[in-house]
Amino acid sequence: MKTLPKERRYETLSYLPPLTDQQIVKQIDYMLEQGFIPGVEFEKDPTPELHHWTLWKLPLFNATSSQEVLNEVRECRSEYADSYIRVVGFDNIRQCQTVSFIVYKPNTTRY
Amino acid sequence: MATKAGFKAGVQDYRLTYYTPDYTPKDTDLLACFRMTPQPGVPAEECAAAVAAESSTGTWTTVWTDGLTDLDRYKGRCYHVEPVAGEDNQYFIFVAYPLDLFEEGSITNVLTSLVGNVFGFKALRALRLEDIRFPVALIKTYQGPPHGITVERDLLNKYGRPLLGCTIKPKLGLSAKNYGRAVYECLRGGLDFTKDDENINSQPFMRWRDRFLFVQEAITKAQAETNEIKGHYLNVTAGTCEEMIKRAEFAKEIGTPIIMHDFFTGGFTANTTLAKWCRENGLLLHIHRAMHAVVDRQKNHGIHFRVLAKCLRLSGGDHLHSGTVVGKLEGDRAVTLGFVDLMREDYVEEDRSRGVFFTQDYASLPGVMPVASGGIHVWHMPALVEIFGDDSCLQFGGGTLGHPWGNAPGATANRVALEACVQARNEGRNLAREGNDVLREACRWSPELAAACELWKEIKFEFDTVDTL
Repeated sequence: MKTLPKERRYETLSYLPPLTDQQIVKQIDYMLEQGFIPGVEFEKDPTPELHHWTLWKLPLFNATSSQEVLNEVRECRSEYADSYIRVVGFDNIRQCQTVSFIVYKPNTTRY
Repeated sequence: MATKAGFKAGVQDYRLTYYTPDYTPKDTDLLACFRMTPQPGVPAEECAAAVAAESSTGTWTTVWTDGLTDLDRYKGRCYHVEPVAGEDNQYFIFVAYPLDLFEEGSITNVLTSLVGNVFGFKALRALRLEDIRFPVALIKTYQGPPHGITVERDLLNKYGRPLLGCTIKPKLGLSAKNYGRAVYECLRGGLDFTKDDENINSQPFMRWRDRFLFVQEAITKAQAETNEIKGHYLNVTAGTCEEMIKRAEFAKEIGTPIIMHDFFTGGFTANTTLAKWCRENGLLLHIHRAMHAVVDRQKNHGIHFRVLAKCLRLSGGDHLHSGTVVGKLEGDRAVTLGFVDLMREDYVEEDRSRGVFFTQDYASLPGVMPVASGGIHVWHMPALVEIFGDDSCLQFGGGTLGHPWGNAPGATANRVALEACVQARNEGRNLAREGNDVLREACRWSPELAAACELWKEIKFEFDTVDTL
């Protein structure tokens, strides 16, 4: 029997081991297949009720490959190495956000 | 009926007035489909016309005051009768009701008309309301769910996965403080929500105010520790509307994000009142469905759950229990997915194979999140994600609290299983076929999941469903 350690989480996919670049690419591929518009956002010290993280550039309206999105994640990470980063997705037909998952946690060495 | 020839008292066949097979329903008509079993010897058309009459303008005999109104403008019309395949003396009958028969914004009024006296009518052996098509003109007089699925996700900051919940057990008998502890342990382990059981209102062992305060403390602590938004469906169902609203006001005062109501035992009027209050006060509303099986379980008599679900969507609720398909409770898969669509989609096409008798346009009324709860555990997770998709709330009661290491590890096991399934699905893996492999792979790095998978692997629930088409 084990006591569950206390740990901060960052919503969808944050209970999995940190995603590899290859795994991130697969999640973005799925998002693009669904017709969602990908975006990247980051925040240094996010609290649970903070709805708006800072947007990295603009959503990638014309993205055709997951590599383009991953490149933005990398660029964001090098510029804001002490911030959390998540990939988000927007559905302009249903007029709402549909996707958000964490891709970078600054205090995690495994990434 | 009165005519220019004057009033002629007496009883005449219903079908002369209320059976109109040539009628083409209007876009503004409310349409209903009943499964009708006439008494032996009663012709189907006469019985069907009687149903249309008794659920609209008719009574058993002619009255002179009929002559003071335009019956053609107000009468319900049976416009189609068809035998039910494979059943002896059972018919699907379709009735069109003019829009003016119904008060704006009152689901209570719709049901009082459609399923009032007519269900006790002597010419019938049995009657079941299978489906209703609400015309857009009527839909627009309702506001429906206080927030709906997309706003709920925005409020909660949770996207791209089903939500996870758990009903706190034992159902009755915990003190408020012990109850709060059980809530905290579940939420800190990774659940989004915990839930009051339906019969927890305000009993001597745990008064509502004490429960609300200890639970809110648990939510706040779990939220601070996990960095994720947490909630607990605080049940405000009460003996009077005044008391219900008093509890809701207190829930708002202490800053809780979601409250709960039992719409069927509480009644549609109370439910609509509470939904309106929730919209105005920014609280989400979880809806339980106690008593539904009393009216929706028999195949030949009562009201199908898809009708209750549609009525609830109009009355207002952000979550509604919908069965699990795979757990301990009733529900055929195609039929369940039919009414799940009716709960959350904006436009649903007629599809008799899924029990959807009418195309329904909701005209942008917000959607209700289906809640799958009852007898499910981690091994059901792949099937649940596959069946219900992201816009659902999966509730593991025993499947969380029954974990050998306690609530928090039990919650983590479910959350890990859920995210592993979502990740695998998005990567293009087939959950129906590979679901068990996905869980086994996650067990390698999650000891909490491994313990859960070890405990529950042998449990199965397999009964024949009563509700077939």
